[in-house]
Amino acid sequence: MNALISAKNISVIKSGKNILNDVSIDINKNDFITIIGPNGAGKSMLLKCLMGFYKPNIGAIKTKPNLKFGYMPQNLDVIKTIPMKAKLFITIKKKFDKISLKKVISETQIENILDKQLSFLSGGEMQRVLLARSLLNNPELLILDEPAQNLDVSGQTLFYKLLQKIYSKRGLSILMVSHDLHLVMVSTKQVICLSNHICCCGKPQQITNDPKFLSMFGKDMAEVMAVYQHSNKENFENN
Amino acid sequence: MALISGLVGCFVVWRRLSYYGESIAHSSLLGAGIGILIGIGINFGVVFICLLFGILFLWLQQSKALSSDTLLGVLAHFALAVGIIVISFNKIKIDLHAFLFGDILTVSITDIWGMYIGVLIAITLILSNWSSLLLVTLDEDLAKSEGINPLYVNILLTTIMTIVVALSLQIIGLLLITAMLIIPAATARRLVNSPEGMVIVATLIGIFSVVFGIYLSVEMDLPSGPSIVVVSSILFFVSHMFGLIAKNE
Ligand SMILES: Nc1ncnc2c1ncn2[C@@H]1O[C@H](COP(=O)(O)OP(=O)(O)OP(=O)(O)O)[C@@H](O)[C@H]1O
Ligand SMILES: [Mg+2]
Repeated sequence: MNALISAKNISVIKSGKNILNDVSIDINKNDFITIIGPNGAGKSMLLKCLMGFYKPNIGAIKTKPNLKFGYMPQNLDVIKTIPMKAKLFITIKKKFDKISLKKVISETQIENILDKQLSFLSGGEMQRVLLARSLLNNPELLILDEPAQNLDVSGQTLFYKLLQKIYSKRGLSILMVSHDLHLVMVSTKQVICLSNHICCCGKPQQITNDPKFLSMFGKDMAEVMAVYQHSNKENFENN
Repeated sequence: MALISGLVGCFVVWRRLSYYGESIAHSSLLGAGIGILIGIGINFGVVFICLLFGILFLWLQQSKALSSDTLLGVLAHFALAVGIIVISFNKIKIDLHAFLFGDILTVSITDIWGMYIGVLIAITLILSNWSSLLLVTLDEDLAKSEGINPLYVNILLTTIMTIVVALSLQIIGLLLITAMLIIPAATARRLVNSPEGMVIVATLIGIFSVVFGIYLSVEMDLPSGPSIVVVSSILFFVSHMFGLIAKNE
């Protein structure tokens, strides 16, 4: 088996509701897959099934034995009641060595906030800390659930650039849920539109012309993205 | 006893379980009644019913149909009401006063050995699962991604809390048990910047409160539970006052 994770025709039914319906997805080495879809589409649920948190009611998920993955949850309400420095948080229950810790810290640029209390971190700092945590065990696959949702536009751009850098340097696979398709257009290799079932999928350039995508997100959105695609490319090439 | 209350108290504060602690304490009255009724004694009755209560709560909570505090409110007061009925109609002799407010004089040598063993087990369980407990406290999904089953960890914590509540019941009494758990931890919160530090400081505060509170209660013939809680509350206010002053400077 070559795929890191391979899900075949999975359906998830919770309290009588069909949350995922006949979804198939393969995640291979060096993939960069972005999942988009409206709120409540089952995006987070799909990620959780792929990681084995839930068993699908129908269908099967095959995972490469001993797959190392890193996970960044959609939202972490930092509890103010617990005193904890970022540095400790990154390492709890993680297998790692000093070298990879150092590497991760410099990669995610969190040197200056390691000694800060979790409850004092800003949104962007927290996202970088979470990213660092998910990278600490040298994962083959990163699973990110709306990693930039609390950031402003420039914060989002910075975060996705960071992600792109990590992706190309480490050669790992990324599976990400994101609404900021216009920002990840350049990095991502494959886009999946999910709304309980897979509506359409393909390369980012193709998908913006797909009639199903247009009917789901509207023509305006597609045009906005086409524009972004150009300007982003220029940005990336200039850097 | 004080050793463990600081440790468990931290988790109660972190996970906002104080209402849960309160509820276990409520259900302990039913435990005492049933313990006497079927002849297994108060202590076993309390541990048994409290554990049952904890498991029932975890199980019902899984369905997520009601919010936890509503669920606890229903369960706890149901248990309390049934407890009072059981005690009353069987003419069971329970020193209700000692039960509510705690009476250190009712503690026997066997009770003390029971406490030692209970505390030792609870501390061992917590320390050997320390990082799992911390991670589940922070985020259950993150914990799952490291291969931890949050349900097991929650069962573990519930069991330990139950044991601690059941054990401290005789000294502190039903009404003030949560106070003994959370006040040392809340006092420590301001003084530390790591979870381990919080546990250590909370434990020290807990020990001091218990020792000094019991000393006061013996010297001045006061009830033991309230004395302990008053001592720890004073520490809480003092530390917060110093905290405020330090901030303003
Ligand atoms: N454990 C669960 N039990 C029952 N229903 C659930 C469970 N988890 C999620 N759901 C439901 O499944 C649906 C999809 O949830 P999910 O969190 O996967 O959506 P999403 O696509 O990630 O949405 P968002 O963009 O808002 O994050 C929602 O209607 C949610 O209420
Ligand atoms: Mg989601």
